[in-house]
Amino acid sequence: MAQNCEFLPCLDSNEVHVLAVDDSLVDRKVIERLLRITSCKVTSVDSGRRALQYLGLHEEEEEEEEGSAIYNEIKVDLIITDYCMPGMTGFELLKKIKGSSAFRETPVVIMSSENVVARIDRCLEEGAKEFIVKPVKLSDVERLKSSMVGQARIQ
Amino acid sequence: MQRQLANMKQSLFDQGYLDEQFIQLEELQDDANPNFVEEVVTLYYRDSARLIQSIEQALEKSPLDFSKLECLMHQFKGSSSSIGAKRVKSECTQFKEYCRVGNSDGCKRTFQQLKKEYATLKKKVEVYFQFARQIGPVEKACRSK
Repeated sequence: MAQNCEFLPCLDSNEVHVLAVDDSLVDRKVIERLLRITSCKVTSVDSGRRALQYLGLHEEEEEEEEGSAIYNEIKVDLIITDYCMPGMTGFELLKKIKGSSAFRETPVVIMSSENVVARIDRCLEEGAKEFIVKPVKLSDVERLKSSMVGQARIQ
Repeated sequence: MQRQLANMKQSLFDQGYLDEQFIQLEELQDDANPNFVEEVVTLYYRDSARLIQSIEQALEKSPLDFSKLECLMHQFKGSSSSIGAKRVKSECTQFKEYCRVGNSDGCKRTFQQLKKEYATLKKKVEVYFQFARQIGPVEKACRSK
């Protein structure tokens, strides 16, 4: 938690950095555009595993890797991930992120084409900030962005 | 010319080829990214070709692996939905239903229909984009975004 405070004062609407995770090439292109239009910086990856690699988290032993994430100065303000992905699902990724000390405070948003109440509840219970039903619209991203910038200012 | 383009688009909507998501994508275009929708649709056709092939191959097996088919179709439905391909998406939904109940004939029939819709849409949007490009420069000069 102490590590995250370092980055918050720098947060302004031009510096929100989002990590987007989606195995679909088409969806990655769309989410990148949606985020850039709302003045976010975007890094996109095609799997949960690559997301963890980017964040400097390993599938086990987050404690060890937390140090390297800070050393690399990975600053991610929001993680937005697809739910249904081969290998690691968005839900599994959410759990790993929330289980890490470096990124447990980072908001995670889940996207899914399936509007299943049980799935939504499970994600929210596990700490997801929001669950967006695909296809993602500009209004969804604008709403997310403004809720985040607001949050940063309060802190 | 502008009106012709608008009519073309309206007709695609009226005939159910495209839905609201296509408009959402158009809203993301600006002077710096004037052909975003065309890029996404092009990417869709390129990327989904391999999915179509995988589904085709999977449909040749006997007996059918419905869970694999459903999984492949889920991916295909997702991207189709992301570009606003309404009719294609509806065939995908139908196909997934047949998978769920294990109806081989239903799957095969629906897949043929899906491929037809997929090909038809491709032709129609190609014409639309080509036309849009021709009148593009005039339109872009007027855009405030």
